[in-house]
Amino acid sequence: MPGRKTAVLFACLLLLPAVLYVVAIVAYPLVDTFYLSFTDASLRRTTNWIGWANYEKIFDTEFATIIIRTFVWTFLSVALKMIIGTSGALLLNAALPGRAVFRILTMPPWIVPMAIGIFMWGWMYNGQFGMISGLLQRFGLSDGPVAFLAYGHTAFWATIVTDVWIGVPMVTMYMLAAIQAVPLDLNEAAWVDGASRFYRLRRITLPMILPSAITMSMISLISTFNSFDIIWILTQGGPSGSTTTMIIDTYKTAIGSKRFGEGAARAVVICIFLSAFALLYFRAITKISNRMTT
Amino acid sequence: MKKNAMINRYRWWEMVLMYLGIALFLFFILAPFIEGFLVSLKPLGLLFSTPYKFFPENGSFAAYRTMWDSVPGFGRYIFNSFFISTVITIVVLVLVVPASYAFARIPFPGTGALLGAFLAVNMFSGAVLLIPLFRLMRSYGLLNTYWAMIVPGVAFLIPTAIWLLQTYMRRIPKELDEAAYVDGASHVYILRRVILPLAMPGIIVVAITTFIGAYAQQFIFALTFNSKTEFMPLPIGLFAYFGRQEVVWNELMAASFVGIAPAMILIFALQRYLVAGLTAGAVKQ
Repeated sequence: MPGRKTAVLFACLLLLPAVLYVVAIVAYPLVDTFYLSFTDASLRRTTNWIGWANYEKIFDTEFATIIIRTFVWTFLSVALKMIIGTSGALLLNAALPGRAVFRILTMPPWIVPMAIGIFMWGWMYNGQFGMISGLLQRFGLSDGPVAFLAYGHTAFWATIVTDVWIGVPMVTMYMLAAIQAVPLDLNEAAWVDGASRFYRLRRITLPMILPSAITMSMISLISTFNSFDIIWILTQGGPSGSTTTMIIDTYKTAIGSKRFGEGAARAVVICIFLSAFALLYFRAITKISNRMTT
Repeated sequence: MKKNAMINRYRWWEMVLMYLGIALFLFFILAPFIEGFLVSLKPLGLLFSTPYKFFPENGSFAAYRTMWDSVPGFGRYIFNSFFISTVITIVVLVLVVPASYAFARIPFPGTGALLGAFLAVNMFSGAVLLIPLFRLMRSYGLLNTYWAMIVPGVAFLIPTAIWLLQTYMRRIPKELDEAAYVDGASHVYILRRVILPLAMPGIIVVAITTFIGAYAQQFIFALTFNSKTEFMPLPIGLFAYFGRQEVVWNELMAASFVGIAPAMILIFALQRYLVAGLTAGAVKQ
């Protein structure tokens, strides 16, 4: 191979454009967010350093409620995505006629422009004419029309269901790949010994895909925590704040009312949580790969 | 082979249960599309009739004609969506191909850490960085231009693209470039004449996933950094329409279906590449 020094120099040259781009558009803004959180930045051209004032202002009971709500929302959504996605993957892995078609039919929510899928859910949740309310009434499960997005309690669940819908295809495909990687001879050996299908699922398949499931749920946790489009399109955080997660709250403060400094302080709190999740994720994958090599 | 067939033989009730499960699963996935399509066929007057009817009576494709008049910029929105996604894909490829080659082929100190740093970008889905990005765009005069959507869009698609492409390039046998090097080829020559042609399938997968990502996720930047109708991508254009007092639902749904048609055609044409590309990294080899 060429001289080591020239090789490394060449590598730097190749990496430089991508690195510079990400530094300018992601790393610098990230640092700037921390700086802005200590200022009174707004649409005015001048900004003043105001120390911890933004943080003192945001830490009240309302902010605590938003944090708890965000965690509950995220947890429920990730849990449902994992359960539905893994079940779907197990079903799509079965040697049934038509499974190739079923696999393709799983993809649309992932590939279609997110906003458009959400518009469709907006119609489904419509109380007067939507499908869900209509079917509930048809089967006598509800006396009158249910406007899902008009009440806090139902809007909270409605946004979760839509988020699950968008996230399930990715979990399904990822878990399907994991299931297909389970060595066939393990299953065959157990089968020869007379193990039932359910026993093999519980004792072979599920333990073998557990590492992938943990990795996937961490990835899903981070993206779900960041979820914006669904809530913004369906409810904009309402009714009366019942679907306001931390991201929505930050957006409203920063972009809606142009209080950049205060919004930045809220964004910093989000960053701290995200870093904690990332750390958790990193520890999980190192633990998993350690166990696999030993 | 025979054993494999036997292990997969199901009893009849197992088959029924599994098909029921699949039906339920696919119903959840496809219900909004089915309902949306049926709505696009219903005349508006019938749409707002109770009790709820699943199938449209005297349905028609009228909404697919009238929507072009009621959503004036519709053609423009679709063009914008394609234009923005195409430019994003090209910029991402220009940045990512050389970087992936460096990651995959040239051992240098800190490879792992740098790759990790790139992947960490995925943590911040844009919403967190909106404030400084808004100020950045404003100071460079990029607000309310195509660039306001392209520049941040590229940044958040780079990590996945690098990850996919460097994984792909690592699978190309090392003996090939070593042989070329022994023959006196330079790194630039090896990249251009050995790696690039061999990595073409991988580059195509990355281009497709990047394009779909760019097409599917046009929302927050377009919502925040652009307010000019002539630059709006489809999701934002329709969102303005969705937010009106009286939503003309059948036209909105018709417009949505025309808007997702390109993505749908792409999935069916390229699904083999897609599954490979989207799940790469799920299983370590």
